[in-house]
Amino acid sequence: MNYVDSSLKVVGTRPIRPDGVDKVTGRAVFAADTHAAGMLWGKMLRSPHSHAKIVSIDTSKAEALKGVFAVVTAADFPDIPSEEAFVGEGPMNFRDLALNCMARTKVLYEGHALAAVAASTQAIADEALALIDVKYEILPHVIDVEAAMAPDAPILHDDMFTAGVSPKPTKPSNIAKVVTFKKGDAEAAFKDADVIVEGVYTTQPVHQAYIEPHACMATYAPDGQVSIHSSSQGHFMVRAYTAKLLGINMSNIRVNPAEIGGGFGGKTLVYLEPIAVALSKKAGRTVKMQMTREDVFKASGPTSGAWMSVRIGAKKDGTIVAAKQVLKFQAGAFAGSPIGPGCMCGFAMYDLPNVDVVGYDVVSNRPKVAAYRAPGAPITSFAVESLMDELALNLGMDPLTLREKNAAKNGTKTHYGPTHVNIGYTAVLDAVKAHPHWKAPLKEGQGRGLATGFWFNIGGESTAQVHVNEDGSVTAATGSPDIGGSRASIGMMVAEVLGVPATTVRTIVADTASIGFTHLTGGSRVTFATGMAATQAAEKVVEDLKRRAAQTWDIPVEAVEWKDGAAYPAGSNAGAFEPLDLAALALKAGRTGGPILAEVSVNAQGAGAGFGAHICDVSVDKETGHVKIERYTAIQDVGKAIHPSYVEGQIQGGAAQGIGWALNEEYIYNAKGQMENAGFLDYRVPVASDVPMIEAVLVEVPNPRHPFGARGVGEVPIVPPMAAIANAIRSATGLRMPDLPMSPPKVRAAFDAAG
Amino acid sequence: MSSLSYAAPTSVDDAVKLLAGASGLAKVLSGGTDLLVQLRSGRLKPDLIVDTKKIPGIIGIREENGGFVIGAATPGAVVEAHPGLNAAWPGLVEALDLIGSTQVQGRCSLAGNLCNASPAADSVPALYAAAATAVVVGSKGRREVPVEQSPTGPGRTSLAKDEFILEFRLPPRPAHSGDAYLRFIPRTEMDIAVVGCGISVTLDGKGIITAARVSLGAVSPTVILVPAAADALIGHTLDADTLAKLDAAAQAAAKPISDKRGTIEYRTKIAGVLARRTATIAYDRASGKTNGKAH
Amino acid sequence: MAKTYVSATINGESAEFLCETQQTLLDVLRDVIGLTGSKEGCASGDCGACSVIMDGRLVCSCLVLGVEAEGTTITTIEGIAQGDKLHPVQQKFLEHAALQCGFCTPGLIVATKALLDENPNPTETEARYWLAGNLCRCTGYDKIIRAVMDAAAELRGETVG
Repeated sequence: MNYVDSSLKVVGTRPIRPDGVDKVTGRAVFAADTHAAGMLWGKMLRSPHSHAKIVSIDTSKAEALKGVFAVVTAADFPDIPSEEAFVGEGPMNFRDLALNCMARTKVLYEGHALAAVAASTQAIADEALALIDVKYEILPHVIDVEAAMAPDAPILHDDMFTAGVSPKPTKPSNIAKVVTFKKGDAEAAFKDADVIVEGVYTTQPVHQAYIEPHACMATYAPDGQVSIHSSSQGHFMVRAYTAKLLGINMSNIRVNPAEIGGGFGGKTLVYLEPIAVALSKKAGRTVKMQMTREDVFKASGPTSGAWMSVRIGAKKDGTIVAAKQVLKFQAGAFAGSPIGPGCMCGFAMYDLPNVDVVGYDVVSNRPKVAAYRAPGAPITSFAVESLMDELALNLGMDPLTLREKNAAKNGTKTHYGPTHVNIGYTAVLDAVKAHPHWKAPLKEGQGRGLATGFWFNIGGESTAQVHVNEDGSVTAATGSPDIGGSRASIGMMVAEVLGVPATTVRTIVADTASIGFTHLTGGSRVTFATGMAATQAAEKVVEDLKRRAAQTWDIPVEAVEWKDGAAYPAGSNAGAFEPLDLAALALKAGRTGGPILAEVSVNAQGAGAGFGAHICDVSVDKETGHVKIERYTAIQDVGKAIHPSYVEGQIQGGAAQGIGWALNEEYIYNAKGQMENAGFLDYRVPVASDVPMIEAVLVEVPNPRHPFGARGVGEVPIVPPMAAIANAIRSATGLRMPDLPMSPPKVRAAFDAAG
Repeated sequence: MSSLSYAAPTSVDDAVKLLAGASGLAKVLSGGTDLLVQLRSGRLKPDLIVDTKKIPGIIGIREENGGFVIGAATPGAVVEAHPGLNAAWPGLVEALDLIGSTQVQGRCSLAGNLCNASPAADSVPALYAAAATAVVVGSKGRREVPVEQSPTGPGRTSLAKDEFILEFRLPPRPAHSGDAYLRFIPRTEMDIAVVGCGISVTLDGKGIITAARVSLGAVSPTVILVPAAADALIGHTLDADTLAKLDAAAQAAAKPISDKRGTIEYRTKIAGVLARRTATIAYDRASGKTNGKAH
Repeated sequence: MAKTYVSATINGESAEFLCETQQTLLDVLRDVIGLTGSKEGCASGDCGACSVIMDGRLVCSCLVLGVEAEGTTITTIEGIAQGDKLHPVQQKFLEHAALQCGFCTPGLIVATKALLDENPNPTETEARYWLAGNLCRCTGYDKIIRAVMDAAAELRGETVG
């Protein structure tokens, strides 16, 4: 069923989220809050070197220390073969994942784990780590993406031969693959351009910087049953990855989803769980592991840093005739940067006849890259949207008008293959034009920037259960960890279908043994796909309730209608029966067929793409280079805002992360390839005084493939901010900042260079 | 680490005895906002922690002989709330207020900030500009030293193993005096100073600067006094020419390093920028124009 | 090294515990006493997720040693509500959707209570600077600040209900 044109009573309102009271009272249980009798503390030994052979590891002294119950190294894990992961987010090879969790013959980055201990106290565990004697043979390292691509670069993997080139190379390389997307003939089309602009842009690796470090608690019982409490974006993923890395059956593992303190893509894989299980097996006790903040920065994936060149050719009237982009993304120690989406998303907002994009996935001696909110798109859009601004300036054209002129519409074929359907990009541009921010006068010394963004959003597999309890209250269970308020929105969709208030429905996240397979929480998929499954389950329950009412009244089921949480005879001919509400039907459930519930699994297709546009005003201190965000408006097509507060929250949060990425966040390395700012003191995320109120404007162009019209919303908002801010700085100062972050020394240097 | 001892002596003598008699490394604990971070990171591995907070007089503020006496372990939040200090020394107060976060200010102390001896410490340039003295106690007795004699290098002070600071003394404030502290950081809060500047000036009735102290942080192995910058101010009003000379003197005195928080070139330029801006606020306060916060 | 016996008042009740010298108050709250509402985000005083109120002052519990808690009065997130009656700050956080993952929320609520105890009428700028030591990565701070300003108004008696 489709509710897009219905008048809605619950969806679109703003009830208190069901997990809210637990969170404001400190009762909510995150993985690090779990505890078990006899629990041991697990800690990881990590490489101080950025690239080295492991010559030997001697754990004997650590094992002999009183209070140490287990020590593991790669020898305690199966040496698994190369295999593409069948679950998870982004490209992932199981062998790479296993080696990333526990190095075998080489360490590939500072922070790379190579051993772990379990001890009765944290202090003893730390002491044990210090007693592990590792002999390293230090190798030359390479950090920078272009240096890693050079022919004489130190090679990380002897068995890495660049994929996507012909003929197949015979010499190992740090370039894992090359991807290309072509539409039309850009080379030829550039000749027809009246104006050509080009630029080279660089970005640095940035971390998702969730406030909760990775944590888990694992128990390997004597009968081989494994129980894990984990803060992750996907407990089915945790189960699958742990099973694979340890060589045990998935059915022997039960993963309980603890509350998760932020993920943004960074918790879509495992670092600790397989190690904790292995330690637990050896020790015969429960083991808790949590990363320190330093470990989080050094050993869990940031997103790629990149080098990009872009070239755009246009007619005098602003029509773009050709576009070319070369992207070099560094993937960290193992292949798998988001080079694919990076190649796809930069031009996806535009209707371009001729496009040529080439992308390189390059390894280097840094932590393995993990997904970060619209992986690849913020990076590519920084380059493309900055250059679009230059094109507008060059043409003497309003940057909004330039976007309108080339906007993708329904039926536009992208350069990477799919055709846009049911999209809202022009609606978003219209909303920019109509917004008071766009026309507000700028104060002296201020500048304004505009940038737009895209993310394709995904659907995929989700399972949801709806059951009516004996008192008529409702429980909705899904397999989707809640990272953005999805328990609220799923409960609201179920309540809407059932015709009851939101408070009648309690939504829980069920563990891997209690619900059918559900793909992880990522790709902005939960409201779309899990919402779809939950809606369909609620609809099945409604059909069942109508059948039970029909049976009770002894009338045909076609003569029953469901309205406002109760069954009614449909019209006076059906009979003069009092309505039967959920409570009444639940009471009689045993006589009408037994328990009232439905479970639905979907492989949701038709996830609607998301588009956004951000307007940013800045002022710039010429002497210090400090950039202040004066005003920020983020406009986005959300399809249908199920719970508008949490949709706004996604937009504001993504914009704030983009502001940090634009101005101050970066990984800083010394000459030995060691990270110098592995903490919140010098890895500078925005604090409350760094940002103004962020106005989130919700445009609703319904996605007809979702029962309520919803699109994924979580990822689009991080795509425009960096270029919006760069364009605002350009507007305020005349200076183009092509390298992120646009930190004060760089801005001051740009002023000095301009004279 | 599991052999770490803790003592909280209730008198100066007991504290001195503990420090003097310690067989391994003993560290003084006041606010703990630097020490605990260094313990956790493994940078420091002491055997004994001597918590001075229970010593009478080490926490608290009093007026004496026209000046102020601040107990060495007084939390920043307490200093910032003191009306007399806010009126007489707004620069010192705002410098202390910039250390870390509200939470850090609930604990951090002037003694800890000075003796941790980071060249980027926020309260130290303001203490130097104020011509504050530190009352140091140890087994050789009591001595009062200008604060600028304490830090000798990054993380090092001139204090002996058995010495600690009991209190800070601020001199009486002549009429038409004002101080200010500014720092440059990439965000708006929470960062360590890329450059810090503390300035105190005294004016005559006509707006001419008769006394000045200029101090720079994070541009040298220790916080420094810059006599040449003070000389550029003395005898003049704060006109454009004086500001330009001040800028140049500050830049000339800056000998920073390049690290994750700033380059040599950038820090040197910012030293000049901050000197001008800080002097302007201190001068305005000395002229009675404003007593509000500098940021 | 023998553990130290410490007694303090936590959330209005007498509390006694044993701890090693290097254990912070945060370690003690979470791992010894079992009050896991205060969170470890960084263990270096840079994120505020461990915020508690000690002897009337807002502090990072990761920057206080367990042994330093002797004789002090401490309020943690678990002591903000009165039984099942939420504090207005907690209620406003819920109403304004000022939390998503909820990990920074305990620290922010404690910090907000400390702010409003000291300054019942903060400006938006004052609130932002006071809370600068509480990192949030999910919300962009917008709804948090709105909740803080609304809670302040309610505590001043300026709003109904």
